[in-house]
Amino acid sequence: MARARKSLALAAIFVAALTPAFADEAPSPMPTPFIPRGKGDHCVRDNAFMRRYHMVMLKAQRDDTVHEGERGGDFSIKACVTCHAVNGSDGQPVGYSDPKHFCRSCHAYASVSIDCFECHSSKPSLKAKAAEAAPPPDDGDVAALNAYLREARP
Amino acid sequence: MTPLIRDEDRPGHDRRGFLRAAGAFAATVLAPGVTLYAFGAPGDSAAAPGAPASSAKRWGMLIDVSKCGDGCVACVTACKEENGWGESGDPRTGAQWIRKVSIRDPKTGWSADLPLMCQHCADPPCAEVCPTGASFKRADGIVLVDKHICIGCRYCMMACPYKARSFVHEPIDDQKPNAPRGKGTVESCTLCVARVDAGLKPACVDACSAKAGGAMMFGDLNDPGSDIAKAVKAKASAAIRSDLGLDPGVRYQNL
Amino acid sequence: MKTRFRTLTDHSGLFWAMIATNVVFLALGLAAALFMESHGHIVTGMSNSIVWGLPHVFAVFLVVSASGALNVASISSVFNRLAYKPYARLSGVLAVALLAGGLSVLVLDLGRPERVFIAMTHNNFRSIFAWNIYLYSGFVTIVATYLFSMMDRGASRSAAFGKGVAWTAFVWRLALTTGTGSIFGFLIAREAYDAAIMAPLFIAASFLYGLSFTVAVLLTMTRETREELMDGEMISKFSGLFLIFSLTVLFLTAIQYLTRFYSPAHRGVELFLLWNGGVYPLVFWIGQILVGTLLPIAILLHSRTRERGPAALMLVSVLFLFGGLCQFYVIIIGGQAWPLDIFPGLVASSSFGDGAVAQYFPTVPEALLGISGVALAMLLVALAIRVLPFVPVVRPSASTGTPA
Repeated sequence: MARARKSLALAAIFVAALTPAFADEAPSPMPTPFIPRGKGDHCVRDNAFMRRYHMVMLKAQRDDTVHEGERGGDFSIKACVTCHAVNGSDGQPVGYSDPKHFCRSCHAYASVSIDCFECHSSKPSLKAKAAEAAPPPDDGDVAALNAYLREARP
Repeated sequence: MTPLIRDEDRPGHDRRGFLRAAGAFAATVLAPGVTLYAFGAPGDSAAAPGAPASSAKRWGMLIDVSKCGDGCVACVTACKEENGWGESGDPRTGAQWIRKVSIRDPKTGWSADLPLMCQHCADPPCAEVCPTGASFKRADGIVLVDKHICIGCRYCMMACPYKARSFVHEPIDDQKPNAPRGKGTVESCTLCVARVDAGLKPACVDACSAKAGGAMMFGDLNDPGSDIAKAVKAKASAAIRSDLGLDPGVRYQNL
Repeated sequence: MKTRFRTLTDHSGLFWAMIATNVVFLALGLAAALFMESHGHIVTGMSNSIVWGLPHVFAVFLVVSASGALNVASISSVFNRLAYKPYARLSGVLAVALLAGGLSVLVLDLGRPERVFIAMTHNNFRSIFAWNIYLYSGFVTIVATYLFSMMDRGASRSAAFGKGVAWTAFVWRLALTTGTGSIFGFLIAREAYDAAIMAPLFIAASFLYGLSFTVAVLLTMTRETREELMDGEMISKFSGLFLIFSLTVLFLTAIQYLTRFYSPAHRGVELFLLWNGGVYPLVFWIGQILVGTLLPIAILLHSRTRERGPAALMLVSVLFLFGGLCQFYVIIIGGQAWPLDIFPGLVASSSFGDGAVAQYFPTVPEALLGISGVALAMLLVALAIRVLPFVPVVRPSASTGTPA
């Protein structure tokens, strides 16, 4: 808990530092990573949130799933690799060993190594491929957010 | 919907509190610069996440040794297929989540074949000795390795009385999505935890009923109405190495 | 009596050669660890049956010796034997160095060594392993404080402080070795372990092998400083300690094996380790008992040992250390080679080696990794004595005259 809080605090500091740079979507002379589009219209959360917190959320859900047996949360690594599957030249989804893999393209760009795929499959399962890929898009609900924030305030 | 914003918090789950705080933190920092519509999306209340493992249940298995065929490996094959192990040809270093053991009484000549895997002890010695808590028992009695925090010390393998655990000796690729496994960590039978959480039976049990003698039964030992609870009540069953007092969830009949 | 201490910066060719050898072995060990890390444990002789191999033999041997290396310091400041005081500092440095060597090997042999920090952030306190993490890191802190209490001008004036730290270190190291022995003692499922005697046996072993390391290092320093760091009186004192410690280890080993002989169910593993187990009885009888125990005892008892002095004592130390490695080889590897008795009274067989003795052939990388632990420990000592005054200055006439 304390550790997770600390890493969250750290993440927040990073966000505070980076927010203006990233919020500005105007073209910049900086090289950008190749980011393939995912299936559907939206990710499980908006892009800004996902960019900053996907790892925090994945970790939190991973502990819930592995230890508590809670399944069906939004932040599942299986869902990531399913929606964001990129097909190779053979028409089959590529794995993390391919530089085109969604996770790899960005993590290589940011020079952040991950070891998720030393154990996890980096390709969609055969069953998932057939199923409908995209979750329903999220809509902003400022009232709910405000209510939530009021409730969550210590 | 996500646990992040659920209103009806279950008591005793501080993780929830933490995640709420996490959300609040993120929101306050993000809000000025970014459109934030992550919280309280209307579609969220529709799908409920899977119910967590409950201590009201005790998943168990009953194996009727008299129905287990000599040389039949349907359960082993099904497990390999389901969980994606068995890639190594070397029996010394390759994974063995489940194996067939032949036993013989040298005095009487009686012999039998039986499948042996993690016995999902109520008091698992592996979890007891694990320095990081990577080996643990779920509330519903399933003993697992959290490979995210397994450091590969292999003390659990020293402690397990059933030799039920394997160490991944080589880098592996093409894992099954439901069975993550990787080099340098310890693994064992998970009772097909992803299937069980989805309301299915372990792959070995299904394979045994479909292709073999139907020697394996799976169910909730705590539910008096379940087949397995009735079966263990009707006829004597035994735990392997019951002298150790570990109260395994896997029991054997006609052993 | 006031002893002066010095640093050791002016090395002989032989000493440089020893340092170079250790650097080479350390580099080889690190390369081996990297090789094991990238290929997995498939490049070692370890398997799903022999899960702990040669690196663990070295690691346990070094960790056990580390606690024993503190003997000399404890004898001087806990039991007030002033004759040992000049060697107390070196004994403390050696203890920390040996522990560092052993732990490095242990960590580099993990399946995921890069995750070692998880062992600090996630702790399961029902595990003796988790306790050991704190016993080990506490040991380093306490011995460092102990050294401070001996070496700092201000701190060394406070007898109470010195005494307090000395006692803490003494109790702590007994706890540490108890913890290490209990790693094996608490394994209920394995016939070769699962015995409370593991803790006292490991403590006795730590006294013997720790003293052997201390004496071997002291004699090397003697050669280096060209001063008699150990006069005849000290040689006979150390010889006496060697005798007591080695006989204690021998006695506890005898009890360890005899207890198991009493239970018919355990006779199989007993015969395996002592008689028909191939390499293990050989390592036990020839390595541990004959060469590693009886031979050095005979040398110690021989009347001319005192005359031959340092050379004989050096040989004795090396022999005891060899015996120690053999002892842990038989305990760790031999104990795992004997199959688990999953179906007592029945004969079992399977594709997974049930009911069959497990084979283990150590490979070069794991041997190099193990040896590099010793190399690291020795290099740390060499570095420490260059930087701080750990080595006593003893005049050749020290036993008769008044030291400076």
